[in-house]
Amino acid sequence: MDTVQPVVLTIDGLQILLDALRQRGYRVVGPAVRDQAIIYDDIVSIDDLPRGWTDKQDGGHYRLIRRDDEALFGYAVGPQSWKKFLHPPLLRLWSAGHGAEGVRVKTEPYPDERFAFIGVRSCELHAIAIQDKVFLGGANVDPHYQARRQGAFIVAVNCGQSGGTCFCVSMNAGPKAESGFDLALTEILDADGHLFVVEAGTETGRIVLAELPHRTATKKDLGAAESVVAQTAATMGREMRSDDVHELLLRNLQHSRWEDVAKRCLTCGNCTMVCPTCFCTSVEDSSNLAGTETSRSRRWDSCFTMDFSYLHGGSVRASTRSRYRQWMTHKLSTWFDQFGTSGCVGCGRCITWCPVGIDITEEVRAIRESEPQ
Amino acid sequence: MEGLERIVREHPFFAGLEEGFLNLVCGCAKNVRFEAGQYLFHEGEPADNFYLIRHGRIALELTAPGRGAIVFQTLAEGEIVGVSWVIPPYRWTYDARALDLVRAVAIDAACLRQKCEADHDLGYEMMKRFLPVLVQRLQATRLQILDVYGVPS
Amino acid sequence: MDPMTPHVARVRRKRRDAADVWTLELEIEDGNLRQRFAFTPGQFNMLTVFGVGEVPISLSGDAAEPGSLIHTVRAVGAVSGALTRLASGAAVGLRGPFGAGWPMDEATGRDVVILAGGLGLAPLRPALYQLIATRGRYGKIVVLYGARSPNDILFHSELAAWRRRLDVDIQVTVDHAASSWNGHVGVVTTLIPRADFDPLHAIALVCGPEVMMRFAIATLRDVGLSEESIYLSMERNMKCAIGFCGHCQFGTVFVCRDGPVFRHDRVRSLLAIKEI
Repeated sequence: MDTVQPVVLTIDGLQILLDALRQRGYRVVGPAVRDQAIIYDDIVSIDDLPRGWTDKQDGGHYRLIRRDDEALFGYAVGPQSWKKFLHPPLLRLWSAGHGAEGVRVKTEPYPDERFAFIGVRSCELHAIAIQDKVFLGGANVDPHYQARRQGAFIVAVNCGQSGGTCFCVSMNAGPKAESGFDLALTEILDADGHLFVVEAGTETGRIVLAELPHRTATKKDLGAAESVVAQTAATMGREMRSDDVHELLLRNLQHSRWEDVAKRCLTCGNCTMVCPTCFCTSVEDSSNLAGTETSRSRRWDSCFTMDFSYLHGGSVRASTRSRYRQWMTHKLSTWFDQFGTSGCVGCGRCITWCPVGIDITEEVRAIRESEPQ
Repeated sequence: MEGLERIVREHPFFAGLEEGFLNLVCGCAKNVRFEAGQYLFHEGEPADNFYLIRHGRIALELTAPGRGAIVFQTLAEGEIVGVSWVIPPYRWTYDARALDLVRAVAIDAACLRQKCEADHDLGYEMMKRFLPVLVQRLQATRLQILDVYGVPS
Repeated sequence: MDPMTPHVARVRRKRRDAADVWTLELEIEDGNLRQRFAFTPGQFNMLTVFGVGEVPISLSGDAAEPGSLIHTVRAVGAVSGALTRLASGAAVGLRGPFGAGWPMDEATGRDVVILAGGLGLAPLRPALYQLIATRGRYGKIVVLYGARSPNDILFHSELAAWRRRLDVDIQVTVDHAASSWNGHVGVVTTLIPRADFDPLHAIALVCGPEVMMRFAIATLRDVGLSEESIYLSMERNMKCAIGFCGHCQFGTVFVCRDGPVFRHDRVRSLLAIKEI
């Protein structure tokens, strides 16, 4: 099959890809512009994509601005991540009927829809792999995550543009998509036209690709694709030395920097909502008025909330200081002890979407530099 | 007073006490006994003695209006009762009641205070032994105040 | 079976142990499933009051009799309060058992110190049942139990019965008492130096309020127990008990899954940090 090697698609070819996936029964979701941000939603055509848009990101700053070309993927990442679909923000777990015949508890059926994700960045591939470890890799498996994850078709995109807060290079999470995808595209927009160099990562990917009108990628195409990635890697908005963070934070749990960041942090929890790996949830039980139907739902939660750690009449982590410390040390340090990897992929969302622009790369640097060399 | 010396020397509070000091202490000491239910002393009374418990248990109590007598500590064999004799105004700040038959050595406080004034080395030796008891009781009391088993409000 | 969906159990019996503490005996409605809920001492179940919520409750009964699942509950909030108000025959949701329990095998051949404070005696009772049932395997068995006041002493008659056995040393103390109390008064740490066990060959199982456990462990260390000989049961907010909701994290560990029982050396540095 000639799609073992990278091929080239035109924009029309990309539309045919979307159609082919829909025809195969996938629910196709991808980036779209909504409310002045690029989010993930159901898409049908190329026109639904953020053609000609780019994003300007910095600490506490996100703006969409028009590009001077028609690139489809010429931006970094927005406030949403694929966990919106794989680990939904609100989910019914079970319902129960209470009557004369007794109590009957019914698990909410798992969905059988299969997702096709269009435009997944390398950092997001790593984030998905990290959540795979959390939900599928331990003694317990989350069947809700599993149902949504298995059968998902992933079309990755190699970033042609790094974001103002990106540091995937520091976290060894990009910008090139290495694995975890069915197809990976690199968008090339130059004098010769608007093309996509596409490589297949799985057998399913190869099969789908083979059905699309394509030509084999030339050395020139591959060279162009490589320079796109190299250019992105060279223009990261942030950087963070990551080889020593696990121990650095564990030995500085009483550092004064935590007080310092606590003065700025609003505990709004934005970072946990936009972070592609944050997975904490809570549950809520409800009942109808007659008490004949009860149910339990699961929803996203954040370690920044006051009652996240509620115990015996109060919270274990009552201060802002302790809650910020929990989030950052979990993300960058104790995640290793729990799951064997960092919890951070360097996507920069927490920096962009923090209303006061707290930057974890800066916080780590401050702690590291305060230590005697 | 050979028997008394042996008893005082063997009591954990005075373990390792040098012979000379032992004699000084014993000069103020005498054997006492209390029947179960008998009070060793009451709150407000002069703190005339402190006691080395040889046998039996003692309850330390405070009485509050409407609450009756509340026991806040029990002490047993090997421990000592009474620290108020060390500092003015030398008055007991609680009641002490024997829970069982108690055999103890009562050490005359005024006698011992006088000897400590005369011989500061003896005085220092006594303080070195008292302070750990006070510190332990303080730490234990702090835990009690925290009311760790209490219902959170 | 979906791990977040509860099974239906019925309240077979309930008994009041103290002012706000009840012991509930539950039975899985579906008789075919009962053996699936066999547990080891130190584990817990998640109990659901339908329409109200779900909380982790220690299993406090005999692990050798898993058909009747005994739990001791203190009414401190909406769900636990509702649990204690359930009538006999009422339905509850049950998931479990969860967690790493007491290291019973580690106790073989050693003196065993059971150090309990307040409600902490509940998750230790299954350990005691097992120790007593196989008494010959262990050296001295010493129970050091601290409660708030004589009215708060749990499992009173059982403790008295065990004491009468003569081969189990039961010491009970209260923080304060009326003068009618003829027993020990003082914090539970005061029982440790006087207790009869060999610190070099003992294992200690500790459960109670965290502050009490810190002080008790310090005293156990002072009398010569090593860090590797002391086990404690931690408690944290739990929403799932299966390592997914994130609420029970305690530094590097998940209390629901890596605990609730931990060997002291594993959590020593964490216990010392405020608000971790």
